[in-house]
Parts: sequence; structure tokens; C-alpha cells
Amino acid sequence: MEEIKRKLLEILEDMHPGSDMESCRNLVSGGMLDSFDVVSLIAEMNDEFEVSVSADKIVPENFDSVDAMCRMVLELMDEET
Amino acid sequence: MFFTSYEFMAFLFVLLFLYYCVPKKCQWQLLLAASYLFYFMAGADYLIYILLTTSSTYFAAGMIEENRKKQDAYLSRYKAELSREERKVYKERQKRVRRRRLVACLLLNLGVLAVVKYANFAISGANDILRMAGGEGGISYLTLAIPLGISFYTFQAAGYLIDVYRGVFPAEQNPFRFALFVSFFPQLIQGPISRFHDLSRTLYEQRRFHGKTVCLGLQRILWGYFKKMVVADRILAGVSTITSDTAAYSGAYIFAGMIFYTVELYADFTGGIDITIGIAQTMGITVQENFIRPYFATSLKEYWRRWHISMCSWFRDYVFYPVSISGWMKTISRFFRKRIGEKMGKRIPVYLSSFLVWTATGIWHGASWNFVFWGISNWAVLMVSEELEPCYERFQTRFALKGNMPYKVFQVARTFLFVCVLNLFDCYASLADTFGMIVSMFTADNWHVLWDGSLLKLGLTQLDYAILALGVWILFLVSYSQRSGSVRDKIARLAYPLRFCVWYGLFLAVLLLGAYGIGYDKSQFIYNQF
Repeated sequence: MEEIKRKLLEILEDMHPGSDMESCRNLVSGGMLDSFDVVSLIAEMNDEFEVSVSADKIVPENFDSVDAMCRMVLELMDEET
Repeated sequence: MFFTSYEFMAFLFVLLFLYYCVPKKCQWQLLLAASYLFYFMAGADYLIYILLTTSSTYFAAGMIEENRKKQDAYLSRYKAELSREERKVYKERQKRVRRRRLVACLLLNLGVLAVVKYANFAISGANDILRMAGGEGGISYLTLAIPLGISFYTFQAAGYLIDVYRGVFPAEQNPFRFALFVSFFPQLIQGPISRFHDLSRTLYEQRRFHGKTVCLGLQRILWGYFKKMVVADRILAGVSTITSDTAAYSGAYIFAGMIFYTVELYADFTGGIDITIGIAQTMGITVQENFIRPYFATSLKEYWRRWHISMCSWFRDYVFYPVSISGWMKTISRFFRKRIGEKMGKRIPVYLSSFLVWTATGIWHGASWNFVFWGISNWAVLMVSEELEPCYERFQTRFALKGNMPYKVFQVARTFLFVCVLNLFDCYASLADTFGMIVSMFTADNWHVLWDGSLLKLGLTQLDYAILALGVWILFLVSYSQRSGSVRDKIARLAYPLRFCVWYGLFLAVLLLGAYGIGYDKSQFIYNQF
């Protein structure tokens, strides 16, 4: 879990340098991440964790915080193994 | 039946009276009957289209739901016997069945939309090609009327079906309740494109009469009428005069015309949505907001987060996301990553998907090359801005421009002017005319017409300009005040005499300053044609 979180934070920091991504709880609904960011993030998740995020998973609840993204990645990894 | 017609007002007041008089469990049935009556009055022939969309979507959603239940029952029954791999294979097979049902229904409904709205555009293109090849190009055009609101209700039904397929919510079991969701009359004319899980929360609720709710709804309707009748319908004469004669009006006239049209479009579309939301509110139904002060956007990207939100989010959720993360897009991305590098290669899916979305958005607005080009222009600017974002960041940091008010005003003005130019594609029939008019703003030397009285010969008198200036000033003030919360709430906190003056003043403004009188022809909403 911690490793996934660290990787995700690295990716997010690369996308938006200097922003406080770790504590933010409304990354998508608050507008910090837009649709382009979400697609880029999904591509990175695909590369880093070898999980395939389907369109029905793209809801603010899964992308609004790093913890939520972590949970989704873990869930997908579990489904795919 | 226009929202601004006396017939509609009578229809609305009778409906409101009945809505609160009938037994509460019959309220939504009454709304369904009223919606179909409204649609029938727009054109009896159109009913077949909305009935086809409603019934096909209802049955397809039911079949998808049935398949999902069958899958769950099977998996739970054979939980012990099936291996993880077998369960996965079974799930995939069932998903393919559901996908086939989804695609068949979408093809049917989007196909109907394509035929009634775009067949003549395609025929025109085919005729052009035939003529270029030396033929006659004489394929006959179809004489099909475009049913009222077909783009809106088709997209709304499609969104519902995709959500059922994705398992966001179960399919609605009652066909009449579903029919109300598709045909709910206030949003038939120009949207917004509601989502089932949003609208259904309040659409079928039973309600007692609540004076404050009705009053809030009527206030919103009144504000919508102010925008539509005092501003949009009044400025319409100036827009029509300038855009109807490309030989007589060029250069500075086009500059004035594009500003006029952008004001008209805002007042017309947001006014119509205010009326829609207000009508729903009088019955205690919540329809989502479609605008967040769009002309205060500091970039085109931000503008599209604030303008026609329901359409933009529809394209984002049902086209952009599925396409950009699809398997074939991943293949394209891999191909480019090997050739042009990791960073750029990863961005290819975003570029291609958004190109598709903006082309589709343009076509959705109308069957003409102007709209296609309008969509592609939006895409090009958004992509260039996206790539230049790091440069902007450095520039703003270097010159300490972040949070700088004059710079923000510059950004807002720049975005507004850019939107004005893009709106010109909506005003002319051909790309050649549009480009000709844009170029003329830079080449024609007639800027004196802006102050030598020529603007008074466009069908707008001094009184019209004075009323428009007042109307636009009020729109600006209200929009600006919305930064810190709802203006209606602020008015509600005022002392009673002041509150009375505000609403009575607005009522009188609509009555006295609205565009009526001899020769006035009440106009339909601009977005109705889309």
C-alpha cells in the first residue's frame, strides 16, 4: 500500500510540481486534476502497476485523493491476479 | 410552444395548479402527461421519434440488467465449483452479451439522430464529390423535419443506457417513469442533458405545496425571462442585420456583430436554462446547473468547464474517457512511444481522443462544415495551450503575475474575445464567408462606424442601446456577485421592502423593457436548433 502510494505521489508531483497532492481530498471534484490528467494518470497506472482501469472506474470517488487511487489500484491488482 | 409565449405561461400555471391538487402519488404521472402534451403541441409527428428512443432504451437497459442478474445468480450458485479463471471467462462472455445489446441500441438511436439531422449534410457532400468527379451530383435531399430536442433527449437516453451497462445504477423497471425521464418537458427544448441518478432523485418524489419553493422557482424563471426578452431578443435585430449581408457589413461591423452575438448567445442560452431550472424548481425538482459564470473564465479550457457543463461532461464521460483508455488507443500510444519518445507518445491518446470529442461536439451543434471547423479550432487552441502550460507557468512566476488583478482582467478579456471570434462560425452559412469576415476585421478601414452613428442603422435605436447597456450591466453585476454565493440568497436576506423592490423591479423590467410591440416576432431559443 505504502509503495503504491509513494509511486502515485511521484506521478502526481511530476504532473503538477509544487502542489500538495497528498492531503488534498478533492483532486478531481475540486478541479486540481482535469480530464487530461486523469487519462495520463491511468496510462501511468497501467505502466507502473499493470492494471487496466475501465471507464466505469473513472468517477471522482476513485480519483479525488491519493488514498482513493491506492484503494482502486489494489482492488484492480486483486481482480487481475 | 415557445417558453416566452402566452400559451406556455398558461400551460405552466394550469400544470402547477393541477400538480399540487392531484393526489401526490399521481404527480409524476401528471408530469408525464404534460410533457407528452407539450411535445405533441410542438409537432405530432415528432412523437414517434421520442417513443422509439424511449422504448428501445428501456428494453435494452432491461435486457442488460437481466443479463447482469443472471450472471450474478450463476456465479453465486456455482461459487464453490468454479475456479477463479472460469469465473473470469464467464464474466467476460456475459459482458460481451451486454455490450452487444448496448451497441445495438446506441446504433439505433444515434442512427435515427444521424439520419434526421445529418443526412442532408452527407448528401450535400456526396453531391459535391460527384460534381468534382464530373457527374451531375443530383442526389435528392430528404425532407425530414428535425424533431424538437432530439439531440438532447437522445444523448440523455444514451447516457442512461451506458450507465446501466457500467452498473452505475440498476435499470428503471417502470416504463412510464423512464418515459418521464426522457421527455421531462422543461429540458426538452435546450437541455441540460441530465443524468438519471441526478434527476431521478427528485423527479418522482411526492410533494406538498410549499410557497417558498414555488416562489424560488418563479424568481429563477423571471430572471431567465429578463435575460431572454430584455437582452437576447432585443440585440437579435443588430446581429441579424450584420450577419445577413456579408457584402454590406464587414470590418468593424463584424467586430460589433461578434460582440453582440456573444452577448445574445449568453443571454439566450443561460436565460433558457434559468427558465428550465426555475420551472422544475416550482415543482420541487432539481435540474443541474449548466453554467458557472462562463465569461469570467481566464482560459479557453476554463471556459469549457463553465459553459454548457452537461454537454461537456457527457462527452467527457461517454466519449473521451472510453476512447482515450481503450485497447486500440493503448496500441497507438505504444507505437508512438517507440518512435517519438515516452513523454510525447503518452500524450497521443489525449490528443486523438480530444480531437474526436471536439469534432463530435462541433457536429452535435449542427450539420455544417462551420461547426466542424469550430470544434477543431477549439481542439487546436486547447492542445496548444496544454503544451504551452509550462511556459505560461514560468512566465507568470518570473513576472509575479499569479494573483495579479490587471493580468487576470487581461486573461478574461482575451478569453472572451477568443470565444467571440469562434462564435462567428455559428453566424455564417459557409466557411468562406466566416473567414472572409474574420479577415475583414484586420483589413477593412471602417472603425469609425463604431462611433459615427452607423450602429444606429442596424435595426437598433438609441433606446435599444440604452436598454441593452442597462441589461448587460445587470448581467455583469449579478455574475460578478455570484463569486461569493447565490444572488437570490443575498436578496432574500434584504429587508422586505428592498426585496420587494428588486423582484417587482425585475418583473416591471421584463414587462416594460422586453422586446415586444408591433413587428416583434418572439424568437425560439438559439440552442433549440441544436
